[in-house]
Amino acid sequence: MSAPEGLPPGLAPRVVAFCEELRAEGLAVGTSEILDAFEALEAIPWTEREDFRETLAATVAKSQEDRRVFELLFDRFFFRASEAEALQQGISESERHAGGEALDLDELREAVRQAIREGNDGEMRDLARLAIAAFGRQGEGSGVVGVDVQRIRRTLGLQTQPRAAEGEEPALDREQITRFERHLRRELERALIERTQKLPPSRPLAELDRALPTSPAQDLAAVHRAVAQLKRRLATLGHEQRGRRRRAVVDMRRTMRASLETGGVPLRLRYRPKRPRRPEIYVLCDVSTSVTSASVFFLSVLHALHDSFRRLRSFVFIERISEVTDVFEHERDFTSISQRISSEGGVADVSGYTDYGRVWLEFGELISDELDPRSTIIVLGDARTNGREPHADVFARVAERSGRTFWLNPEPRLYWNYGDSVMAAYERHCTAAFECWTTRHLENFVNVIAGGQPLAPDSA
Amino acid sequence: MDSVASVRDSLAEVGYLADEPAALVGYLAQRMGKPVLVEGPAGVGKTELAKALSRATGRELVRLQCYEGLDESKALYEWNYRKQLLRIQSETQEEAAGGWEATRGDIFGEEFLLTRPLLRAIASPEPVVLLIDEIDKTDQEFEAMLLEVLSDFQISIPELGVIEARTHPVVVLTSNNSRELTEALKRRCLYLWLDYPEVEREMEIVRLHAPELDERLARRLVEVVHMVRALDLKKPPSIAESIDWARALLLLGADDLDRSVFERTMSIIVKHRTDVDLVAERVGVKLSGPGLEAEAAG
Repeated sequence: MSAPEGLPPGLAPRVVAFCEELRAEGLAVGTSEILDAFEALEAIPWTEREDFRETLAATVAKSQEDRRVFELLFDRFFFRASEAEALQQGISESERHAGGEALDLDELREAVRQAIREGNDGEMRDLARLAIAAFGRQGEGSGVVGVDVQRIRRTLGLQTQPRAAEGEEPALDREQITRFERHLRRELERALIERTQKLPPSRPLAELDRALPTSPAQDLAAVHRAVAQLKRRLATLGHEQRGRRRRAVVDMRRTMRASLETGGVPLRLRYRPKRPRRPEIYVLCDVSTSVTSASVFFLSVLHALHDSFRRLRSFVFIERISEVTDVFEHERDFTSISQRISSEGGVADVSGYTDYGRVWLEFGELISDELDPRSTIIVLGDARTNGREPHADVFARVAERSGRTFWLNPEPRLYWNYGDSVMAAYERHCTAAFECWTTRHLENFVNVIAGGQPLAPDSA
Repeated sequence: MDSVASVRDSLAEVGYLADEPAALVGYLAQRMGKPVLVEGPAGVGKTELAKALSRATGRELVRLQCYEGLDESKALYEWNYRKQLLRIQSETQEEAAGGWEATRGDIFGEEFLLTRPLLRAIASPEPVVLLIDEIDKTDQEFEAMLLEVLSDFQISIPELGVIEARTHPVVVLTSNNSRELTEALKRRCLYLWLDYPEVEREMEIVRLHAPELDERLARRLVEVVHMVRALDLKKPPSIAESIDWARALLLLGADDLDRSVFERTMSIIVKHRTDVDLVAERVGVKLSGPGLEAEAAG
């Protein structure tokens, strides 16, 4: 590949190297994208930093997720590139603190808040340097960039929430604070590079930056974000399926219409388009102490996915059963949902031990009239009856009335049917039973109820 | 339009305030002749961008609205079989001479072709702006069919041959991000992510569309809209709804956005029952002035 004519000779290899790094982070950057990038760079004044960045982004980062990784890498890559160049040519900025005479910390703090409020980038950068200098004089620098950023931030009193004690300080925009932090981080790195005269090794982005939330201690907004991704993946899976399994119903009207093209002989069959299955779902969750966190997380995920289903009703049970659909419609905060379920559910009567038998009897009375072959029942529980009567026959009747019945067990399959677990008695009447203790299990299961095939079994 | 700044200015002239990335990608799309894939939440002006491009360049806008089950006969072309039948029948009545060859050449001519948006955009003698709206609503088969149009700007019709674009259309595809598009499609496009604008820019937009609104009130309004968007809602308010709200405040003659005005007009920006509760609870209380109940009581 020859270097494009309109660009300086050094730029093309750097762009290609940058794309290499993007690929290493899992972006699909093909040769055609790189060629596009060159073509685009010839068309714009690439000496402008923002234009250069936006142009590259438009040609190589093709989803919001890709764009996020792109931003992280772009800063790091081109910052490192310019620093490496500076090192090589022996350029240093060591006199830069000359103007920063003993600046009062309070004044500095006010100036920083001002700059953050106004969103002035250049100002923020200068102040970040001053702050680092002032901070350095206090002799608290740890030498670890991440730690120092947080310490400086705390010293400057930058918080997103207004403190209750001092009402006169208004809350600052979280975005702007993050921007200031980025300046801090970059200036600290620059200082570190100057001190050590070499570049730190470049690391791949931490897995943490992209991981799904795993613990139920996070608020529902975080769950929603994770679920949004899950949902998109599910939507795409459904489409692939439709392509492969072409079994479909013939649409008579459209076939006849198409046959007019061929003089009334139906040579080409027209099929009725397949609509994705939108099941009606009843979820029953055990919320006794042994499985609470798993069930509440599971319920939240289902509710975040609610528009994939025609109807979704959720119940929680311990000794008795109680409907909690409303709670999820009104609450968005994870902890308050947990609280309301435990306070208003009224599900633990006497002992607080799960009574599956009684739960089936009550559920049957409550709901059996509404069950039809289109409905899906999902039970999440460990099937540990504490030695009480399991009433598997009642469960069998409920399962029979509904179209599909799934059981999710938050225990690994290995522990099923040990001790007081009567999983086998129930599993017989279920369409399928799954273990469910990781997000991958969950994704697999949601995919199944949305009409897809199970994902490839987890290798781990 | 020969620079990014001029694209931005001419878009502004027709009433679309583009941010830096949008203007840049709009410019690149014209220079490179590549389609643009615009993604972003509902109501940030994705479709409007295409319309503004067509107004700014004086090109005709050809729009293909996608939906589930959209197929070639609706998007590309269809043979007008009724007319073909008529042609055949009228011929047999007059003279059966000419033979099959002549008839076939006849009934598969351009006269019997019903052009649909994609073919219209390709075959148009004047350059156009082609808007393929909500591409994520279609299925993957349709996407695959689009590839020929988007990369080579041509359509092959078995009976007629390949129809190539006479002029280069500017293509804008929009997606609400409800499913992942295929790599093949993305590869052929420039990518633009449009997000909700920052306070300053949204204020300019609101002031552009409701110029009579007091500047202080406009700022207040946009700030409240941003507060509402920060909540985890089922449907966050779009830019169009901010504008509607501004116009409603003008009609009502409100001179301040206090709590009672907010509670009365909230339904313009929040359109889901559970969202209404949440917004009233989290945002309504932050505004000054008595609420509706307090007013009714007093």
